[in-house]
Amino acid sequence: MEVVQMQRRFVEYAASLFREGFLDGQFTQLQQLQDESNPDFVVEVVSLFFEDSEKLLNDLSRALDQQNVDFKRVDSHVHQLKGSSSSIGAQRVKNACIAFRNYCEEQNTDACLSCLQQVKQEYSLAKSKLETLFRLEQQILTAGGSIPIMME
Amino acid sequence: MESCDCIDPPWPGDELLMKYQYISDFFIALAYFSIPLELIYFVKKSAVFPYRWVLVQFGAFIVLCGATHLINLWTFGMHSRNVEVVMTTAKVLTAVVSCVTALMLVHIIPDLLSVKTRELFLKNKAAELDREMGLIRTQEETGRHVRMLTHEIRSTLDRHTILKTTLIELGRTLSLEECALWMPTRTGLELQLSYTLRQQNPVGFTIPIQHPVINQVFSSNRAVKISPNCPVARLRPLAGKYMPGEVVAVRVPLLHLSNFQINDWPELSTKRYALMVLMLPSDSARQWHVHELELVEVVADQVAVALSHAAILEESMRARDLLMEQNVALDLARREAETAVRARNDFLAVMNHEMRTPMHAIIALSSLLQETELTPEQRLMVEAILKSSSLLATLINDVLDLSRLEDGSLQLENGTFNLHALFREVLYLIKPIASVKKLFVSSSLAPDLPEFAVGDEKRLMQIMLNVVGNAVKFSNEGNISIFAFIAKSESLRDSRAPDFFPVHSDNHFYLRVQVKDSGAGIDPQDISKLFTKFAQCQSLAARNSGGSGLGLAICKRFVNLMGGHIWIESEGLGKGSTAVFIVKLGIPEYSNESKLPFFPKVSANHCQTNFPGLKVLVMDDNGVSRSVTKGLLVHLGCDVTTVSSADDCLRVVSQEHNVVFLDVCMPGVDGYEVAIRIHEKFTTCRQGPLLVALMGNTDRVTKENYLRVGINGVVLKPVSVDKMRCVLSEVLEHRFLFETC
Repeated sequence: MEVVQMQRRFVEYAASLFREGFLDGQFTQLQQLQDESNPDFVVEVVSLFFEDSEKLLNDLSRALDQQNVDFKRVDSHVHQLKGSSSSIGAQRVKNACIAFRNYCEEQNTDACLSCLQQVKQEYSLAKSKLETLFRLEQQILTAGGSIPIMME
Repeated sequence: MESCDCIDPPWPGDELLMKYQYISDFFIALAYFSIPLELIYFVKKSAVFPYRWVLVQFGAFIVLCGATHLINLWTFGMHSRNVEVVMTTAKVLTAVVSCVTALMLVHIIPDLLSVKTRELFLKNKAAELDREMGLIRTQEETGRHVRMLTHEIRSTLDRHTILKTTLIELGRTLSLEECALWMPTRTGLELQLSYTLRQQNPVGFTIPIQHPVINQVFSSNRAVKISPNCPVARLRPLAGKYMPGEVVAVRVPLLHLSNFQINDWPELSTKRYALMVLMLPSDSARQWHVHELELVEVVADQVAVALSHAAILEESMRARDLLMEQNVALDLARREAETAVRARNDFLAVMNHEMRTPMHAIIALSSLLQETELTPEQRLMVEAILKSSSLLATLINDVLDLSRLEDGSLQLENGTFNLHALFREVLYLIKPIASVKKLFVSSSLAPDLPEFAVGDEKRLMQIMLNVVGNAVKFSNEGNISIFAFIAKSESLRDSRAPDFFPVHSDNHFYLRVQVKDSGAGIDPQDISKLFTKFAQCQSLAARNSGGSGLGLAICKRFVNLMGGHIWIESEGLGKGSTAVFIVKLGIPEYSNESKLPFFPKVSANHCQTNFPGLKVLVMDDNGVSRSVTKGLLVHLGCDVTTVSSADDCLRVVSQEHNVVFLDVCMPGVDGYEVAIRIHEKFTTCRQGPLLVALMGNTDRVTKENYLRVGINGVVLKPVSVDKMRCVLSEVLEHRFLFETC
């Protein structure tokens, strides 16, 4: 069956995301919150995340570009980013943020910059992966199947 | 003819002759007259006399003869002419009548003679009949004796009494001197003197059975006369000059049920006989009469029958006693077994509860422990504890279930349940183990799968957990996928299940679940052993993962109870395996739907499952997490308002709000302060909403501090649906929540 194959592909892809640490259990929780009354919950939240994160990353870049880096501010941004990413289960982003925060406490600019790079990288990876995932989901839905529920 | 002229002379010398003639004639006449009188007299007396006419004739003849002689008397002297005339007439008449009579007699005498012959014949016949009657009488006598004997013999069923009575009665009836009975010994090679009439205690002579006389007697069923010198007949020392009486011997067949089993001794005939010897009194010159011999034969037969009856009765009594004993023993055994089963069931019921409670406590606390901050070694230890205790719990459950399944006391508890929710719950429950092994579990339910079904929810859950658990157990990497759909009739008939005949009906459907894993796989040879109790695959992986081997056996029982079938396919070792089961579930009536809760109860925790209309305020500055939390609460049915700052929170919060969730790791915001200020807004804590603080994993703030400022509970982020559910339940119920489940 076409749908089953698509579902299988979706499952394997999602499994790989979990396996590689891009997503964690929180993402599954989000999936569970999606039902008939709230069919696009995950997409909405993730889109919100993308928006927020872009903004935060821009802010972070700007903040770290300053001569006198306001670490408090940086820290609060990173804190925000950490919170968002952990809310949707973007594990690697979250972990990168945690590392970032440590360096913020140390007030190590260079380390922070490299962390920022890391975070950006993780973020773009996560974004593309999530977008692929959503594409696969859409395919299944248009073919008439249902989204398999993932568990970590 | 000269006539005598002397009329009245004096009697001359030859007148003597005349005188004698005269006298003779007189007497002749007299006789001749009296004969007919006699005849007439006697004929009158007799009833039958067919020859009347002859008699008359004869009478006439005699009378006339007499008359002639009478008239002759007058012719001795001088007589007149008239006398002469009368004389002549009489003579003429006499002549005529006598001729006629003579002629008649020719006919009559043969007749009379033949009567005589017939009389003789009848007499002979009468004598014969007399003889026969004598015989019959003797036979009847004999019969009477036999009946009496039989009555005596049959009036008892005791072997000894029978035989003793026989001898006594025979002795009495036939007036015997001695009567003896020889019984075959156990070996069958000898005859032993068992009973005698006169001697009180027979000494126990034995005679070998192979004696010509004995063989002769045994070969015929008649009473046989034997010589008194024969060893069987020499019971008393011979008294010397006396002639011993005749001896008769007869065989008595001993009919026995186990007759024909003694066939490995060739010299023994198939029937065993006893020998009865009867001796007439010596010096009596009595002979054995035929009827006596017959009597003896009949008695021998009767004795045989009586003995066999006694033997059969003994056997049946013995058998009945044995049966009764066995019955009693069986009854006792049955009662003991019932008691044992009841005791076991009671024990199981108690142990069920008693063992599970601490088990659950251990598991619950271990999982709680697992979620706290631990060093890697501690984590390993806790994981080991969790694993072992889960295993133990499973084992306990399995053993308890299996024992109930075995004796058929398990019955399905059917009810309507939410099928989709069941799958979700299975996934939720399998999560800890799968996450430990870094396995990914996914489930896909067919769109036409009904949401509600009628069946035994608990057992179906058990089957699913077992199957999925096995998939997890035997996989060290990869993913596990669960597919569930309604099985159509073609897919139901499977070559692997030749005896599975699904019956379709309107209110049932067949649920088919396939669980595919990418694990160790199973050797095709081992597949058949999978469902047997306690059998384990020999592969290393299986041995390492432990388990009692009961799980699949129980699953199979449950699946069969549910009218379905379960099997496992695998392409070989290392290629993963797929477990498939089909069960029959009912389609519920739609009128029942409204009664059902929308979410299944989580069994371990007594959480309320839905909070309709609960007004909740969420304060969180992070947009993403705010929307996630909101989504969570909306999913649980709450009415959610969100604010992103402390000021907004204080502005918006009102008495209508039941619960307020505060994200206390917002930078620049002091969670304590917010809580205090919220409380200030309400005159008493009771009026205000319940406050729950949301904290991130890395923040370590003592919870007591929060409690002091009136925060009712603390929750660590990230929050799952179930965690949130529990949180709300607990905090609403107890107004207090220390930590989530």
